[in-house]
Amino acid sequence: MFEYCSDPATLTGLKWLGCFLTTGTHQNFYWSFGTVLLLLAITAPAALMFGFLGATAARSHLPPLSLIGRTYIAAVRGVPDIVYFMFFVIALDQGIEWTKHLFVCPDLSQPVWSGLEFKVCPDAKVPLATSAPIWHKIYAFGTAVVTFAIVFGAFAANVIYGAMQAVPRAQLETAEAYGMSQAQVFRRILVPQMWIYALPGLSNLWLILIKATPLLFLLGIQDIVYWARELGAAKTSGNNPYPHGDWRIFYFLGLLVFYLAFTRISEIVLGRLTARLSHGQATAAGEAMRKAAVP
Amino acid sequence: MKKLLLATALATLAGVAAAQDVVRIGTEGAYEPYNYIDQATGELTGYEIELGNELCKRAELKCEFVQNAWDSIIPNLQSGNYDLIMAGMSITDERDQVIDFSQNYIPPAASAYMALTADAKTGEGAVISAQTGTIQAGYIAESGATLLEFATPDETVAAVKNGEADAVFADKDYLAPIAKDSNGELQLLANEVQLGGGVGIGLRESDTELKEKMNAAIQSMKDDGTLNAMITKWFGPEAVTF
Repeated sequence: MFEYCSDPATLTGLKWLGCFLTTGTHQNFYWSFGTVLLLLAITAPAALMFGFLGATAARSHLPPLSLIGRTYIAAVRGVPDIVYFMFFVIALDQGIEWTKHLFVCPDLSQPVWSGLEFKVCPDAKVPLATSAPIWHKIYAFGTAVVTFAIVFGAFAANVIYGAMQAVPRAQLETAEAYGMSQAQVFRRILVPQMWIYALPGLSNLWLILIKATPLLFLLGIQDIVYWARELGAAKTSGNNPYPHGDWRIFYFLGLLVFYLAFTRISEIVLGRLTARLSHGQATAAGEAMRKAAVP
Repeated sequence: MKKLLLATALATLAGVAAAQDVVRIGTEGAYEPYNYIDQATGELTGYEIELGNELCKRAELKCEFVQNAWDSIIPNLQSGNYDLIMAGMSITDERDQVIDFSQNYIPPAASAYMALTADAKTGEGAVISAQTGTIQAGYIAESGATLLEFATPDETVAAVKNGEADAVFADKDYLAPIAKDSNGELQLLANEVQLGGGVGIGLRESDTELKEKMNAAIQSMKDDGTLNAMITKWFGPEAVTF
């Protein structure tokens, strides 16, 4: 990075540290924070959408739809996360390639699965072996987002389902008495009022999601915990310009600070959101706000 | 009909040819000096990276290294996420049942114990750390000592330093630089063990054509002496050569 970093062996003190903290590996480490934040930024709304759809389906009066929603929630909630992350992603990847295989491969006579091997023709690979490494990264990231969204969506669905049941029946009946249709009641009364009941459960999920990102390395994405481990690992003097002992503790302390700060910020934001959503609601918090506002 | 068959055959051939243009190689990136991350640049480097690129040049293939955790390195090969494994993987009968190996590119080398004292016990009753899913872990599990497994090689060494394990058991070529660097804190024990049939390239069993190409490339490097030179460069003058 800096001119004087070209010969690290001669450096001492702060200069050495400055060079050490700007090595290629450290820059990868800093970028991985961006990867994690991007993953959270995409996964959280996606999981919320899965949750909302799952809960709506589970509540449906149509038996098949309700069955789909309930099955989704029960199946995903019942399977350990790590199993999901190991096998679902491979299954998803193979499913995509198998589908593509049926359309683009000229010769379908060979079995796709033989023993433990999965083999499709080169044209059916996603992404193609010839594509740039960046596409492989984007694809891996995409499958990670989908997997996280499905897993956390199931938990969110259960929370939202409960929240929808918690909206006082009187509220819905009043709307019906005004002549609203089922869809209108759902859209105008149920959904706006259920968020306040869902928020505590959803905020739990958000905090768990923040801390679940090390699972990313299972999917071949190098996240902050991977890099902290790699950077902190002892480095011998032979091939490394900056040899050092086992420094993992410092990197993990750094991560601790990051996670604590991140969860603290989340808590503040969620607190404000709770206050805002409580406004005018038929809950104890909403009632307290109403009383405080009356002179 | 004949034309159609011919066209299909040609298209298949073209497809195979296109696929072999880029060969993806899976590696762990945490096993210095076999394969590790260059501290200054953040790129993969090491003996296997240099060797892999040279082999691909000789076989006229375009190669690309992919980093993958050791735990899932075989399933991801079978699932087609990459085509070769070059990750210091010893050729063993157990692995040979699920994947195929090229001829070895590192001769059968010694595995060694490293401990805080030269008289540390390693047999019955001792606690020995080794990396999960390695030939060394398999050996310890059968030796009667208590096996303490870790996901990365670095953690197996850390376990000895903090007293969790009596000794670590790994490839001698991996442990030697660490012992040398520790200023006598860590010592290699005298009782070395010969395990496995050397290190080779892991491939899917169905990729026979690719296997032959790699075998030919390795053979050509063995014949002209460049392989030995590369081993000496990365593992030092004491390393076993062909």
